[in-house]
Amino acid sequence: MISTNPFSELAGFIPPMAMQIYIIVMFLMVIGGTILDTIHKKSAKYFFENAKKAEKSAKRTVSGGQKMGLAISTVASEVLTSSEFANPIRRLSHLMTMYGFITFIVASVVLIFMHPTEAAAGIWPVLWHLGAALLAAGGYWFWFFIRVDVSSEGKTWYKLCQADIFIVGLLATSTFGLLWSATQGSVLGWVFFSLFLLSSTVLFSTVLWSKFAHMFFKPVAAYQKKITKADGSQENLPDLGELTDPALQARYPDIPEYMGTNPPYMGLGIKRERPNHY
Amino acid sequence: MPTFVYMTRCDGCGHCVDICPSDIMHIDTTYRRAYNIEPNMCWECYSCVKACPHHAIDVRGYADFAPLGHSVRVIRDEEKGVIAWRIKSRNGETDLNLLAPITTKPWGKEIPQLRNASAPSQDMRDSQLLYNEPKYIRMDEGGLHTLESNGLEMKAGVYY
Repeated sequence: MISTNPFSELAGFIPPMAMQIYIIVMFLMVIGGTILDTIHKKSAKYFFENAKKAEKSAKRTVSGGQKMGLAISTVASEVLTSSEFANPIRRLSHLMTMYGFITFIVASVVLIFMHPTEAAAGIWPVLWHLGAALLAAGGYWFWFFIRVDVSSEGKTWYKLCQADIFIVGLLATSTFGLLWSATQGSVLGWVFFSLFLLSSTVLFSTVLWSKFAHMFFKPVAAYQKKITKADGSQENLPDLGELTDPALQARYPDIPEYMGTNPPYMGLGIKRERPNHY
Repeated sequence: MPTFVYMTRCDGCGHCVDICPSDIMHIDTTYRRAYNIEPNMCWECYSCVKACPHHAIDVRGYADFAPLGHSVRVIRDEEKGVIAWRIKSRNGETDLNLLAPITTKPWGKEIPQLRNASAPSQDMRDSQLLYNEPKYIRMDEGGLHTLESNGLEMKAGVYY
């Protein structure tokens, strides 16, 4: 089953051209929604103003080469490995959801544009199914256990709010996609196909109201954070420094007096356990 | 001034929701980021500011130690066992950095045993000072409280 292109059977009822137009329309809706979101929330304006403010309080100048290096490290670390998450469980769930979604979308585009009528289209049908399954696994893990509404706010998993449009859209799209693929050819298959179409349309057309656009502005925010660290402005945060540094110890004599000249590791502190005492 | 959240830094992890003693740090239902639902009830205890792993929560300090428009930010690094503060004036001319060991005291051992203290005399009652005020802020004798003067020493780990 997972090696069969689910769009090939559909091509007997819906012309491949219609499916391709649908993909293009959804792509344009994501672009349009992101632009509208940026204008509405004034996020681009905020970023530029914040960057200018940070530049004014900079202690060092960051060269073009350094900026390029920071941009590359942002892509390699924050974007590709979701390193911004302090909680490893959230990070793993996010990675599963992110790579599942990317695989699912890329495979869908390849299948619809390059192999719309071929039942066996190489590795792509397998990737389509695995992507959807990975997205669903990471997404349901997040939805039932990790989502802050459930883990910290003490709300029930079925209590929905606007912030859930994106995750619900993702879960519904992947779940109904897989169910449609499994039941193709039957009446139930058409029901699941309708729900799959509806959920994917909701997912891609509600960017203005959902958290979809975070995948575009979060990397920019991470890059800006690295720049402020490199230029010393640090968004006005203090510099901890190296406790063994003699200059630091001369400036803050309490450190060597109470902690010794080679301060020991003091333990995990608040990180020793996960917060779940709502 | 109550807490506020830098939305670009917050990732909605819920640490502040968990730690807030007033239960006023919550998650926004539109953006899933933390925010202070009732600023009037915030007593600026800094629990959420120090617990936030992304330093996304900020509080403006009081105008009696820094002029308006300033920034007072803190990083509490328990693994290093230190707490750092930075106070910066609006024009950036004053940029004060402070660093000190965390001296959290053991739970339940530093509670004043008021039951054993003598009752205030009539002079003390007539005075404008609060009960035990000069003694408890240690302005009368012995200088400032230190770990040494209290018979304490640094322990590995700030969690007792």
